[in-house]
Amino acid sequence: MTTGPIIETRGLEVRFPLPTHFLSRQKPVLHALNGVDIAISPGETFCVVGESGCGKTTLGRAIMGLLEPSAGEILFRGQRIDGMDETTRKPIRRDMQMVFQNPYASLNPRRNVYETLAEPVRHLMPEKSPAELRQQVEEVLDATGCDPSWQRRLPHEFSGGQRQRIAIARALVTNPAFIVADEPISALDVSIQAQILNLLTDLQGERGLTYLFITHDLSVVEHFGTRVAVMYLGAVMELAPAETIFDNPKHPYTRLLLDAIPKLEGGSFDKPRTPGELPDPVNPPPGCPFAPRCPMAEDLCRRDRPRLRELPNGTHAACHFAE
Amino acid sequence: MISFKGFLRRFLSDPVAIGAGLVLLVLVLMAVLAPFLAPQDPYDLMQLDIMDSELPPSWKPGGDERFWLGTDAQGRGVFSTIMYGTGISLLIGIGAVIVQAVLGVTLGLIAGYKGGWIDSFLMRLADIQLSLSTLMMAIIALALFQAAFDANIYADYAIVMLIMVIGIAEWPKFARTVRSSVLGERKKEYVDAARVIGLPPRKIMWGHILPNTLTPVLVISTIQVAEAIMIEASLSFLGLGMPVDRPSLGSLIRSGFEFIFSGSWWITLYPAIVLVALILALNLLGDWLRDVLNPKLRRGED
Amino acid sequence: MPMLEVQDLHVAFPQGRKSEVEALRGVDLTLEKGERLGVVGESGAGKSMLAFAILNLIAEPGRVSKGRIMFHGQNLLDLPERDIRALRGNRISMIFQDPMVTLNPVLSIGTQMMETLRAHRRISGAEARALCIAKLREVAIPSPESRLDAYPHELSGGLRQRVVIAIALLTDPELIIADEPTTALDVTIQAEIMALILKLCRENDVALILITHDLGVVAEVTERLMIMYAGKCVETGATDAIIKAPHHPYSAGLLRALPQNAARGTRLYQIPGSMPPITALPTGCAYHPRCARATALCKAEIPPLENGAACFHPLTAPEEVP
Repeated sequence: MTTGPIIETRGLEVRFPLPTHFLSRQKPVLHALNGVDIAISPGETFCVVGESGCGKTTLGRAIMGLLEPSAGEILFRGQRIDGMDETTRKPIRRDMQMVFQNPYASLNPRRNVYETLAEPVRHLMPEKSPAELRQQVEEVLDATGCDPSWQRRLPHEFSGGQRQRIAIARALVTNPAFIVADEPISALDVSIQAQILNLLTDLQGERGLTYLFITHDLSVVEHFGTRVAVMYLGAVMELAPAETIFDNPKHPYTRLLLDAIPKLEGGSFDKPRTPGELPDPVNPPPGCPFAPRCPMAEDLCRRDRPRLRELPNGTHAACHFAE
Repeated sequence: MISFKGFLRRFLSDPVAIGAGLVLLVLVLMAVLAPFLAPQDPYDLMQLDIMDSELPPSWKPGGDERFWLGTDAQGRGVFSTIMYGTGISLLIGIGAVIVQAVLGVTLGLIAGYKGGWIDSFLMRLADIQLSLSTLMMAIIALALFQAAFDANIYADYAIVMLIMVIGIAEWPKFARTVRSSVLGERKKEYVDAARVIGLPPRKIMWGHILPNTLTPVLVISTIQVAEAIMIEASLSFLGLGMPVDRPSLGSLIRSGFEFIFSGSWWITLYPAIVLVALILALNLLGDWLRDVLNPKLRRGED
Repeated sequence: MPMLEVQDLHVAFPQGRKSEVEALRGVDLTLEKGERLGVVGESGAGKSMLAFAILNLIAEPGRVSKGRIMFHGQNLLDLPERDIRALRGNRISMIFQDPMVTLNPVLSIGTQMMETLRAHRRISGAEARALCIAKLREVAIPSPESRLDAYPHELSGGLRQRVVIAIALLTDPELIIADEPTTALDVTIQAEIMALILKLCRENDVALILITHDLGVVAEVTERLMIMYAGKCVETGATDAIIKAPHHPYSAGLLRALPQNAARGTRLYQIPGSMPPITALPTGCAYHPRCARATALCKAEIPPLENGAACFHPLTAPEEVP
């Protein structure tokens, strides 16, 4: 096994053609990802934060092969996986799994828990005997805090937190090394969120998992993440270890995000704010995507798009003026 | 999702559903058990006597004890022919719906899941099919068939022909329903979860998506059986359906129609009442099913 | 006399043919003029039900089965529907979670605003238009004159919620009930909208009932706090006091479970289990199956709300959280 990153993207771009009238001459394209380079090391909890429309979910889905990238490369343990044919990819799928946002939609309502958990093993590990399969399902149920008696029951009999445990069990049943978790707690109640976060922490300790954790909630990132990528309009704005980004944010967008978190001590909402909106992703501005909202923007920002560069403290930021 | 117990409770608390269900049950039992219950076998020419023709119902002056609802022009008991005829009507209705469902569900599933030009092509085909009236297409197909083969062959294959013609003409209703629910289901995360595992599209379509689209299929199936029976009755009334010696409810109504003005109203009236009762029961049950199975209309249950 | 006083409010829904379940099981609440109250709870705790009950908007087959809702000394439950409608959207306004649902997609913003205004005020079209523009400017919508002719889908989520707030403010209400007004929005937009609501309430001396699941938002915006669990208020008091030193074990657990309150890389404090559905409540205190401090008394009797907490064994010091 190599010591390099477990997942790497190089210049990853995803563009969606927008539906048009078939006679229309324009072919508008939505740039969901605009050249994303990230490398995730084994054992990390790599968090991707940003607001809706920033491309964080697209990044996760492209890595999992749910979307075809328009340009760029995705590598798993140094091996290129985008555009790979299904037979070569099959053994890799075992090592990469995903947990979805909405536990009410991510389990097939007509399948009982056992069927849901057995399917990945049957498909990806056909060498397992029925007895081994049963044992594997029971082990993973136990590891995720699910009761063995749940196996014959249907998803609608469970609460949101229980369903998310089952969805995590499904992602773990093939013993993967890498998990994409797309907002796994945002559909859950406050007291349940802590349970699921703890479960993810415990599983990482027991199984040495690597997470790509997609979220909009910065307080979760601060607690849970090892490294953080802040995304805006399909591009990474700042990339740094979690402690650094919270103690010493470099990009003005990161600062805006941190300021916006409601705090128990109060004080975040006292000053009025001017409305800021995401620019149109179909016709992105030529310079820095954040320039229209940025308090420090100058002509340079509206003209030239800043590249992600390393700053003296080790943070990477895509800003002309960060230092 | 509704449990079987909840379903039964809803059924038993709704008088309309109980009524419609009872009518349907009686009619189906009558049709299935016709060979054992019917006082007479209308297909057996040996049992027919032309002297018994056009007898009024038994309680009318001139009625005969053997023929409760009277007889038709060939001396067949109206009650017995209704029992057999209901069976033929139901057979054609259910058979046609099975053909519709197999065609429509398959094509709708493929159109909804694959999308793109396959979807456009199949749905335009459905539009064309729907813009030609079912009855018109059936009339043309059956008229050609009748002209091409002689009456005996026609009589032998009439049921199969009717099932195929009505089945093929009405598939777009199933295809559209299934396609629209596939479009809704396809976006759900459980489908993504299956794709992450690398399941082939065939398995995702049939194993994951199809079972979640069956509720609306069940609802329209019920209503489509009624629709198919109506179409069959119309075709038979026009003389293009079941031949007179193996009558369905439609051909019975037609065979009596000529005699209404000579006073033999019972030959037409009784099959017509049974037809109306059958269609009404099926439609009421279909509406009731739609209300029960639609979670948006249900509150605080199950 | 307080502006709004809710006493022992019960809301019941029929279950099956004979029995009923209670979504609210006796809630008391008082609100003075210009006061901001936060109502916090998990989904199913009854917090939205409370808002709907105050506005007499409980959907059939649910009903207010007991209690009084006194607005300026008048029981809203005794008022005929016509008088309630004159209050609703006039002296009491409501802001819902999803602006796309509140706004009618086929009518322009201006039409909807003027409709609201002219339902409650007798003014000319020109006056109404001027007032609408003024309100849109007040909620910091850029170029309000041109936005009047826009349709909801032409605006972004943040701007739509600003329009909803402008509509809520049109009639200069005394009370705004906001039901998760920023849950559908991004954090930066949430900060903008909440800052706006806070500023407008302060400037115009408007009372606010803010319903949310987010303790951070409540801490930022409200003066008083009410924590709900399974259809009952379990703790109420000054917001900062509860956040510093909660007395009810549930409030304490909720606060301790927040990632902000835990050291990085450690496990979070977690409350075991989940809230029971209203159809299957345990006996006694509804929280006792999840509570570390529960005793036989908690299983047998429902604790009354005393000294701000409905608990037989309230926490007395902040570090004492189970």
